[in-house]
Amino acid sequence: MSENSKGPTILGKSKKIKLLELIDIYKEFPGVIANNNINLSIKSGEIHALLGENGAGKTTLMNILYGIYQPDHGKIYINEEKIEIKSPRNAIENGIGMVHQHFMLIPTHTVTENICLGLKDAKFFNPAINIAKKIIEFCDMFGLKVNPDSRIWQLSAGEQQRVEIIKVLLRGASLLILDEPTSVLTPQETEEFFSILKKLVDNGHSVIFITHKLEEVFNVSNRVTVLRQGKVISTVPIDQTNKIELAKMMVGREIVFNLEKKESTKGKELLDVKNLYVVGDKGNIAVNNLSFKVREGEIFGIAGVAGNGQRELVEAITGLRKIQKGEIKFLDKNITNKNSRDINEMGIAHIPEERLKFGTVPNFPIYENTILKNYYKKPFSNKMMINYYTVKEYSKKLISEFSVSTPSINIPLKLLSGGNIQKLILAREISSNPRLIVAAHATYGLDIAATEFVRKLLLVKRDEGIAILLLSEDLEEIINLSDRMGIMFMGEFMGIVSPKEVDIENIGLMMAGVKKIIGGAIESKN
Amino acid sequence: MKVKIEKRTYTSEGKTYLFYIIFLATGLFFSSLLFLTRGINPFRALYGIIIGSFGSFYGLKETIAKAIPLILCGTGLVIAFKGKFWNIGAEGQLLLGAVAATYIALKFGGSGSRPFVLTLMFLAGFAGGAIWGIITVILKIKFGVNEIISTLMLNYIAANFVQFLVFGPWKGRTQYGFPYTDNFQPAATLPLIKGSRIHYLTLIIAILLSIASFFFINRTRYGYETKVLGENPDAAKYSGINFLKTMVLIMILSGGFAGIAGVGEVAGIHHHLTFPDQISAGYGYTAIIVAWLSRLNPLFVLLSALFFGGILIGGDIIQTSLGLPFATINIFNGLILLFVLLGTFLMEYKVSIIREKI
Repeated sequence: MSENSKGPTILGKSKKIKLLELIDIYKEFPGVIANNNINLSIKSGEIHALLGENGAGKTTLMNILYGIYQPDHGKIYINEEKIEIKSPRNAIENGIGMVHQHFMLIPTHTVTENICLGLKDAKFFNPAINIAKKIIEFCDMFGLKVNPDSRIWQLSAGEQQRVEIIKVLLRGASLLILDEPTSVLTPQETEEFFSILKKLVDNGHSVIFITHKLEEVFNVSNRVTVLRQGKVISTVPIDQTNKIELAKMMVGREIVFNLEKKESTKGKELLDVKNLYVVGDKGNIAVNNLSFKVREGEIFGIAGVAGNGQRELVEAITGLRKIQKGEIKFLDKNITNKNSRDINEMGIAHIPEERLKFGTVPNFPIYENTILKNYYKKPFSNKMMINYYTVKEYSKKLISEFSVSTPSINIPLKLLSGGNIQKLILAREISSNPRLIVAAHATYGLDIAATEFVRKLLLVKRDEGIAILLLSEDLEEIINLSDRMGIMFMGEFMGIVSPKEVDIENIGLMMAGVKKIIGGAIESKN
Repeated sequence: MKVKIEKRTYTSEGKTYLFYIIFLATGLFFSSLLFLTRGINPFRALYGIIIGSFGSFYGLKETIAKAIPLILCGTGLVIAFKGKFWNIGAEGQLLLGAVAATYIALKFGGSGSRPFVLTLMFLAGFAGGAIWGIITVILKIKFGVNEIISTLMLNYIAANFVQFLVFGPWKGRTQYGFPYTDNFQPAATLPLIKGSRIHYLTLIIAILLSIASFFFINRTRYGYETKVLGENPDAAKYSGINFLKTMVLIMILSGGFAGIAGVGEVAGIHHHLTFPDQISAGYGYTAIIVAWLSRLNPLFVLLSALFFGGILIGGDIIQTSLGLPFATINIFNGLILLFVLLGTFLMEYKVSIIREKI
């Protein structure tokens, strides 16, 4: 317990963090450096924003601080004393608490019961009895409005988040790590949430606030650190910077145009999306009045931070998600709300974003995976039976054509590397002779060689006259490959631009939702 | 000390069978302890079970008769389980098959020719079981009702429905007030192998269906769809597989096969409809173990059904010769299932114990 805390007594023995320092934190995962010698310092009473694109290394860094990962090297100091954080329990003992993006609460239990769970001081029988009082003390102190007796499933996302915050506070955290806390909140809840944060820091707590929304950084934080590709680009006080500068830091890398690309020979319009509305999993409007066209022989890229409706858009086009309003036309035929098989048969191939979850059946042998989309067609099967001899011959052919490296076509697919699985999916999708390929995160998690293979293949197909709708979080990939690109934010396009004619700064601003280029002003004319 | 559980990447076929045998043996070992608690030498008990079921001509005949419904229900369950549709309702589906067949027997048994009546009975039995199965699919797809609950509950409905029939509208006039339907006319009974209770027509149907199911699962489009649906529903959606159609098909087969088993029991063994627990001595539940023990391979169902047929008969034998309660054999079955499941788990996961240095 801290001696100068005016607040209610916390449970457990943890220290007051006056200064937290991370020195040269380095963490490597196979094939990628997630954190490259990161230095960061957090003072008490500060809200420190951690800003960066997906994959910049924010979450890895926080997982290291919370003891989920161990850094390959680097030091952590609290109040100038070197410590090691080996587990989340260790982190809590050192006064560090984390609220995850996805809440870890038990829906059928009450607030108090959830908070007691795993609490050392709780009694074995009826653990909730003392704790409820403490919860109310905390609620009053920080303006966290929660009824200790309600059950979690009755609470809104905002209230659940408050429960999570109380949970870490009660365990004595003086530094709170919040991983994209506003992503689940409504605008009103966000306002309330910010006022809670301010009360926390007034009380001597400190907060690390992970986000990729520029707006929020300016609303609430004192200092901001921008991460990019595992490195700290800069740490600046908030009153000495502006949105444009931060956006530039976030995405403003040197884009290397390293792929040889012919001028696209655009043909007729294949895909025509008009005023599309699609509802997401949580009932939110994920795709909001979106319109665009994709022509033969062009790559239309969609850039944007993850979670801005890209997934829902892809699922709507490929027939996996219901379209609320609007229309999708393909080859002048209406394909709105047709099922995925009909859409596929019309010539739309789909390289799905989660290749093990959607694109394949990991436990099936490779040869059965090669016919996942067309097993019911000739020559693989007649009305009844599948001709496995033909299937195996076909698999062997695909494997050698697309140089998938595997000892045999009989082993389960899950034994292949990510790159080889992706090659197999590409092989399967491309050999169905599609007119349009919808490729979502086609190079995600692949090594350099496989990435290059996939990118080149997409360009070859484009030159053959196939239309490609490319989604990626890798801005470099989108800019390199696309002939035109749309930048998506909150389900809308902030602009449709030609990658060559727009500077990266503007793209960054559009991705952050700060700037909108009005309908086609910069859009290149054929 | 910490226990670490990791998923194995790949287990070879040979190793898989070795695992199975080891766990079956361990299961047998632990169930022997059960006999010890009653002061009976477990070797004597196991010997009694084996001799009683496979070691004598009489025992073998009875074992095969018991294996018939187990093959049918077990094969049906394998198909459902391949699609990860957890059909716990073979018991009810069997009873509905028996009811449908009884209806035909009572209505046409006196007038039609034997081949005609029997064919009709098998078709009706298949349909009865299938309808009982389809209900659960519709409940699942349209209302999101978990199939484990619905199939299980429908078992009770089926059992009470049978009771209602035999005590009520179908109560036989010639049965001296017993809750039986009238005995079937000869045209509605299945021929037996002389000196046994083996209704060989059902046995032949069962064997053919289990072979056909093997081809259904491994060679047909619909089998492929079933497997994709079971292994990865997301991929099934992505591939455009119709969930409703596929599940209805697998439950028509799964429920239908159990229904045929019900036909065999009423037309081959009892010759009338009676108490549900006499028509089926828990075959629908035992078939769950049969299906798992076969590693969801319909051809191996033939073996595992025979094995459990033997255990049921052996159970009867030791019940009388050693004076053990019949519940013993249920515990015995349960232990074997438990160990088979444990074996399946250990085949997929590697468990290692790590000693932490202090």
